[in-house]
Amino acid sequence: MAILSKSEAKALLNKVIGYSKADAIECNLNGEVSGNIRTARNTVSTAGELNDTILTVQSSFGKKLGTASTNEFSDNALERVVRRSEELARLAPDNPEFMPILGPQEYVDVKTYFQSTADVNPDWRASAADASISASKAEGLVSSGFLNDSATFAAIMNSEGLFAYNQATDINFSATIRTADGKGSGWVYRDFHDASLMDTNEASNVAVKKAIASADGKAMEPGKYTVIMEPAATVQLLLNMFNAMDQRQADEGRSFLSNKSEEPDAPKNRLGQKMFDERVNIYTDPQDPDTPTHPFSGDGAAVKRTDWIKDGVVTTMPNSRYWAEKTGVEYVPTPFTGGGLFGGSPSISMVGGDESLEDMIKNTRRGVLVTRLWYIRSLDPQSLMYTGLTRDGTFYIENGEIKYPIKNFRFNESPIIMLNNLEALGKPQRIQGCMIPPMKIRDFTFSSLSDAV
Amino acid sequence: MDRRQFIKIAGAGMGAMMLPINGRMVSAEALLEPGADAAIKKRMANVALNAATSKGATYADARIGRYLNQFVTAQEQRVDNIVNTESYGVGVRVIANGTWGFASTSDMTDDGIAKAAEAAVAVAKANSKFQTEPVQLAPVKSYGDVSWKTPIEKNAFEIPLKDKVDLLMNVNNAALDNGANFITSILFLVNEQKYFASTEGSYIDQDVHRLWAPFFATAVGKQGFKQRQGLGNPVGRGFEYLDGRPEDKIQIQGANIGYRNTYDIVEDAREAGKQLQKKLAAKSVEPGKYDLVLDPHHLMLTIHESVGHPLELDRVLGYEANYAGTSFATLDKWKSGTFEYGSKIVNLFADKTQVGSLGYVGWDDEGVKTKEWDLVKDGVLVNYQAIRDQAHIIDEKESHGCCYSQSWRDVQFQRMANVSLRPNEEDVSADEIIAGVENGIYIAGRGSFSIDQQRYNFQFGGQLFYEIKDGKIVDQIEDVAYQSNTQEFWNSCVAMAGKSDYRLGGSFFDGKGQPSQVSAVSHGCPTTRFNNVNVINTGRKV
Repeated sequence: MAILSKSEAKALLNKVIGYSKADAIECNLNGEVSGNIRTARNTVSTAGELNDTILTVQSSFGKKLGTASTNEFSDNALERVVRRSEELARLAPDNPEFMPILGPQEYVDVKTYFQSTADVNPDWRASAADASISASKAEGLVSSGFLNDSATFAAIMNSEGLFAYNQATDINFSATIRTADGKGSGWVYRDFHDASLMDTNEASNVAVKKAIASADGKAMEPGKYTVIMEPAATVQLLLNMFNAMDQRQADEGRSFLSNKSEEPDAPKNRLGQKMFDERVNIYTDPQDPDTPTHPFSGDGAAVKRTDWIKDGVVTTMPNSRYWAEKTGVEYVPTPFTGGGLFGGSPSISMVGGDESLEDMIKNTRRGVLVTRLWYIRSLDPQSLMYTGLTRDGTFYIENGEIKYPIKNFRFNESPIIMLNNLEALGKPQRIQGCMIPPMKIRDFTFSSLSDAV
Repeated sequence: MDRRQFIKIAGAGMGAMMLPINGRMVSAEALLEPGADAAIKKRMANVALNAATSKGATYADARIGRYLNQFVTAQEQRVDNIVNTESYGVGVRVIANGTWGFASTSDMTDDGIAKAAEAAVAVAKANSKFQTEPVQLAPVKSYGDVSWKTPIEKNAFEIPLKDKVDLLMNVNNAALDNGANFITSILFLVNEQKYFASTEGSYIDQDVHRLWAPFFATAVGKQGFKQRQGLGNPVGRGFEYLDGRPEDKIQIQGANIGYRNTYDIVEDAREAGKQLQKKLAAKSVEPGKYDLVLDPHHLMLTIHESVGHPLELDRVLGYEANYAGTSFATLDKWKSGTFEYGSKIVNLFADKTQVGSLGYVGWDDEGVKTKEWDLVKDGVLVNYQAIRDQAHIIDEKESHGCCYSQSWRDVQFQRMANVSLRPNEEDVSADEIIAGVENGIYIAGRGSFSIDQQRYNFQFGGQLFYEIKDGKIVDQIEDVAYQSNTQEFWNSCVAMAGKSDYRLGGSFFDGKGQPSQVSAVSHGCPTTRFNNVNVINTGRKV
């Protein structure tokens, strides 16, 4: 039952809508078949497989809304779930922000499904894990890792004639490889839609090299440094910033995009203002060949390429349909990746340059190379200040080369400041469903040292 | 619901509400329908165990779970959504060729259950080809047919929806009438009906209840905005937790109200509105060394991060190295018997048996009866948290009983027990602890918490900060966070309040493992003093 074809999904949802007695009905159907393997101490630890399909039905009477779901698919079960959502709708209070369902939409074609990933089985996963462990063992290191693959589909149909359907696959792999004495640690992460691109041995060798090179890091004084951040080091800060760009939060005065001007007719948000270095361009595009996503959002609205930040200027802010109508602007749905039953993080792309990471190191007189950041937590939502720590490979760069490994730092910094202190952008790489360039940033604030390896 | 979904609801970036729909949603009435009875569950579990052993498993367990949740969310003066979810299925874990395998399914026919068991064996056999550390299980008693239920006075699922909506509206109005401009309040109600069976001969039926009623209030001023979260706790109690009984309130002179076994959420929202206005006008902290007095609602998360996690044996051994990390509290430190984790007055213990705690159950998710044990005694590290396949590594004869899975869909593994700080044997009050401080800061509520992957360096914030001068709370201050090292911090512990100040705090969404799973865990402690801690100022203009 888990993965239905487009025609199967359409037939099933037509049947569900046929049972409706409400003013309007909207149905979401999601299925997932996934598998995973986990390793530690150079051997397998746990592994498993999951198979699940869920139908969610939302019925409305006027401004009253009720939602119910089922994972049973007999005719009786389907009618029951429709009746249940209608009962809940009748019990619910009016929601003053209720919005009627959307009409038919036109969607762009996307290539999110690869049979190679859907075909992954326990033996494939075991071999992939073995290939990772072999790379670690060959150098006398200790590996731990995780591989997860999934095939999913999402279908939406409503009583206004909207129908959306898409299938997606995803595979991701990460490994942390440490020296036997625990004094060095390296890490790598890879994710694709197409499992045939996954080479866990090649990837693990990146972590092997970092583990060896990072051993016995020297202590450096905390302070402001020029940093070269690998894509894994900035992706979460950028996603946090993207997730804080909501128009309503800004209009209500509780966002970094709120306009604090006391002029009576001043705009309430900072749309159209230049807030970052002019080389900062961030967009989402469901047809991006490197990071394709479903061409629709959770309510079935069509998603297209959107420039959120262009030449350092905030050009678009995501909003809800209610807030868009209230403020007289266009509805801008937030796109999501196809992973998992209920979506995932947005797939953002940041435009970069042509330089490789190696070129960027060569062009640096004095700086710190950061593999990734860890335990990132918000300190202040209005300045977007975050804290966290470097992890799994932090190095001192001098006169264009990596001089020696250094101990990990705690940072206290804001992506707003970071994107204003840009020195150089490298070639974007895929990380967590996003395309992010390595970045060279001046005056990045490290506030204390950590003994953690 | 995972932590990411929760952050979407609770975070400042809340635009379109993402409501937790992790499972099958059902009507409120349906949540009260009786589930499959123990005899039926036993028959289904035996289908799984028999299918697994017939395929070559040397051990198997089956967890049949029915997970019921209700979420009610209100923003300002409107109810955003009411969601009822139900998730039903079975997870089968096996050992074959000395290797773990797991599979789960929502197909609850005999055929579907057997297929999941067979898939689990296939996974184990595929992975056994490169297994180098065959699983060794500590012995466990066969308990036969037993059952357990969270002691609750009021089943939250039986409280009429209208009462819940009215409560959240009262909360929001209390905050809005007293200084807040925005507020989101939420009721999370959880009922885990789980049936465990294993080839060891145990058939365990448990009915677990949890509740959390957080709120997130914001005030907007001319220079920006401030936020204040509720000071209630997620608990292993029924709806009676929200009765807010007078005997459970502790008024800290010049500061906040602390809550013990019940919580007056409307009163707390009223206080939040007033405190938000003070936050907008409060002066920014002068960085430097201070004596800190930490209230239990704050300190519980410090315990969670700097004691609970580093003393999880799987982290110590490297099983979490690729995600949450490892631990500074290595086996050699434990074996020495002299590692000074904290000062001599620091006694930290683990348990799964405290009434009202989130971790309280009769048996864990691999059929081990729960108990209490010491982790740090008189300041010295004495033990870890371990489950059946780890106990032999620390010379224990049995598991500690802290194995857990967030649902039938996910494999169970070692999770944090409740980890708590023993109170002073003398009944010292929180006010008396503050009275001893010349130049310090009192911190209440959980704020920004960040710690490194081996649990050395941490930086923690809070909700409310008060300057202490000459033994008295002076006024609210802002932009406070303290940075320290775990061992240094716990060795700077110089005083704590007594039993009557001991309160349980907790986390509903402790994340760990790959794929990531959440777990709910409590931490008890009294108001406690730490000397000479480094305080930084987190404010910055952009």
